[in-house]
Amino acid sequence: MFKRILVAATAVAACLAVYPAQAQDGSYVMKRIKERGVINMGHREASVPFSYIGKDGKPIGYSVDICLGFIDKIKEAIKMPDLKIKYVPVTSQTRIALMANGTIDLECGSTTNNLTRQKQVDYLAVTFITGTKLGSKKGSGIKEIEDMDGKVIALSLGTTNEKAVKRVMKAKGINIKIVSVKDHPQAWLAVATDRADAYATDDVLLYGLMSKSKDPTKYQVTGRFLSYDPYGIMVPRNDSTYRRLGNVMLADMMRDGRMLKLYKKWFDPGPTNIQMPASATLRKAFEIQALPH
Amino acid sequence: MNYNWDWSVLFCFVEDPVSSCTQPFFYWIVSGFGWTISVAAAAWVIAFSLGSVIGVLRTVENPYLRGFATVYVTIFRNIPLLVQMFLWFFVFPELLPDEAGKWVKRGMPLPEFWTAVVCLGTYTASRVGEQVRAGIEAITQGQRYAAMAMGLRPVQVYRYILLPVSYRIIIPPLTSDFLGVFKNSSLALTIGVLELTAQTRQIEEYTFQGFEAFTAATLLYIVVTAIVMAVMRVVEGRVVIPGMISLGAK
Amino acid sequence: MFENFDFEIIVTSIPFLIEGMGLTLLLTVLAIVGGLALGTVLALCRLAPYRWLSLFAGSYVNFFRSMPLILVIFWFYFLVPFIVGRPVGGFYSVLVAFIMFEAAYYCEIMRAGIQSVRQGQVHAGQALGLTYRQNMRYIVLPQAFRAMIPILLTQAIILFQDTSLVYVVGLRDFLVAADIVANRDNRLMEMFLTVALVYFVMCLAGQLGIRKIQKKFATG
Repeated sequence: MFKRILVAATAVAACLAVYPAQAQDGSYVMKRIKERGVINMGHREASVPFSYIGKDGKPIGYSVDICLGFIDKIKEAIKMPDLKIKYVPVTSQTRIALMANGTIDLECGSTTNNLTRQKQVDYLAVTFITGTKLGSKKGSGIKEIEDMDGKVIALSLGTTNEKAVKRVMKAKGINIKIVSVKDHPQAWLAVATDRADAYATDDVLLYGLMSKSKDPTKYQVTGRFLSYDPYGIMVPRNDSTYRRLGNVMLADMMRDGRMLKLYKKWFDPGPTNIQMPASATLRKAFEIQALPH
Repeated sequence: MNYNWDWSVLFCFVEDPVSSCTQPFFYWIVSGFGWTISVAAAAWVIAFSLGSVIGVLRTVENPYLRGFATVYVTIFRNIPLLVQMFLWFFVFPELLPDEAGKWVKRGMPLPEFWTAVVCLGTYTASRVGEQVRAGIEAITQGQRYAAMAMGLRPVQVYRYILLPVSYRIIIPPLTSDFLGVFKNSSLALTIGVLELTAQTRQIEEYTFQGFEAFTAATLLYIVVTAIVMAVMRVVEGRVVIPGMISLGAK
Repeated sequence: MFENFDFEIIVTSIPFLIEGMGLTLLLTVLAIVGGLALGTVLALCRLAPYRWLSLFAGSYVNFFRSMPLILVIFWFYFLVPFIVGRPVGGFYSVLVAFIMFEAAYYCEIMRAGIQSVRQGQVHAGQALGLTYRQNMRYIVLPQAFRAMIPILLTQAIILFQDTSLVYVVGLRDFLVAADIVANRDNRLMEMFLTVALVYFVMCLAGQLGIRKIQKKFATG
């Protein structure tokens, strides 16, 4: 017991300095997958419709489908057609740590790709583009963030949306009271029970929440984009071979139209009736990222 | 471990977009720690006073008062705190009359903070109540009778005889409960109080450097607990009643 | 908010919730068994005549009692796979965390129980020529356990509620299962009230059971 703690302490101390040992010419992630005979796929449990638990208890969604395509490529690359997939549920608090300690080999959720986070992990090509908007009750007279002056806004703890709203508030000198909430449904409940006048988060999530609420006609999603949030599949850092394999697959899919088809399957109208046709920006992004061989 | 440790996240004070330093996150931890202490202290005031009342009521003769106290303890002890937090925040205001509900949600200052304090306080009061009751019951009946024989009214019996003795023998479990409030205050984050644990999560989301913040938070919790334990051991030694063994921690 | 309470969601998610409750109960039982075993060993160490043993057990207990459970779960979740050197299921790392955490509390309960056995009994055992081990095994521990049963069971109910904290690492226990449904279908109110009711009923049943056992031992 004591020895274990000692080992753990030493280990923690060691990782302050040591970087992962990796094969010079290969991919350490794929080597690891091959040795284990199983690939560990991190997924979210309630990020509708990106990555969530379906009725049969298995993870499904747009990001999950992309990852399954990636896993097929990995099977080919390491010549293990019967590679097993292990689903590991992650949350926004555990995803980084689980990637750092080698538990998951890829994360399929709704994670924003930004430069700060790239110090810790790598991302595949951008597969979804969203940004912060406002969700509120119809008849509240809220259109843009400026209309929120003197009102109450719900914000999810530590999200990129929170940052964006605070930045705009500061720049424009708007005075809004903030209610911090734990997750999206609690934020929505805060709006539904008039604890807050509006909830600011990624527009896709707002549409998702609205479509799932008891009376969708009572709510609205309004305003200009207050932030730019590109989503991507998260992979362990310092493994360009592995990341390239994923990007090759994504480029192929974007080039031959399979990507748009997959998008339609989940968003237009999608199993949850979210009804979000692909935006012009996303179409352009698919075009630009469809790099040639 | 494939983790990029970077302690400068917490301790850098000059903004630098190249490194992780976007702002001194150390201040966030300090502010979170402040909220943790405030929630715990305010909740303890409720827990201790309400808990004492509940504990006393559980030992009185009147069956209605005793029944009320028993029901209180049963309800508050048997629902996980996490769930109680949610009920206080989202369900309780809806049960109030419109105006009062609106005031709880919007009108009163710091609604999240006070909701967390009330929730944590009432929850812990059920535990404190049980300790107080155990303390009172540990006192031999002779003392109660002696006090009554001297002509003290029931309130006086409790005020001057039973409670002072009881508090002195239940110091160890009370310390334990106080530390419980301190540690449980981390659940206030689920209703949006930006206390210590919430701030570490916030730092994690902003920077993806969660382990640094988490280590700092862990150390703070341990240090505070150690200090409280040491202080209480001294207090316990000072007030110990010769010949009586204090009740062990739960 | 209560005018259109959605009972259907509760009914349709019952199988999913039961699965979660299975994990909650399994975790509770294994943690009690493991925690009790480790806790007893620790308690014996604490009361053992060897200074370094009791010092070790004492600091173990103090260390774990000063940490919020939520942090213990979190740290073990990330450190156990690292110590073992390969991914370990979330369940096992959480189980280890619970056992080690609970052991600290059980140790204190056991210690109080062992100390409550009158010295005369121990001396009588010694006079009969029992070794330290035999004395503990046949005289002290059986009596200590009997005295401690109500408190041990109360602690078990606390543990049962505490298992809900595994939500921090996304393990699918009862509360998390309910939370998933609540999040996926945007039905927080319904699910949380269900959770409150279920926990309440189960804990109450447990408490009444304890009282029965208590009575039996008191009269027996």
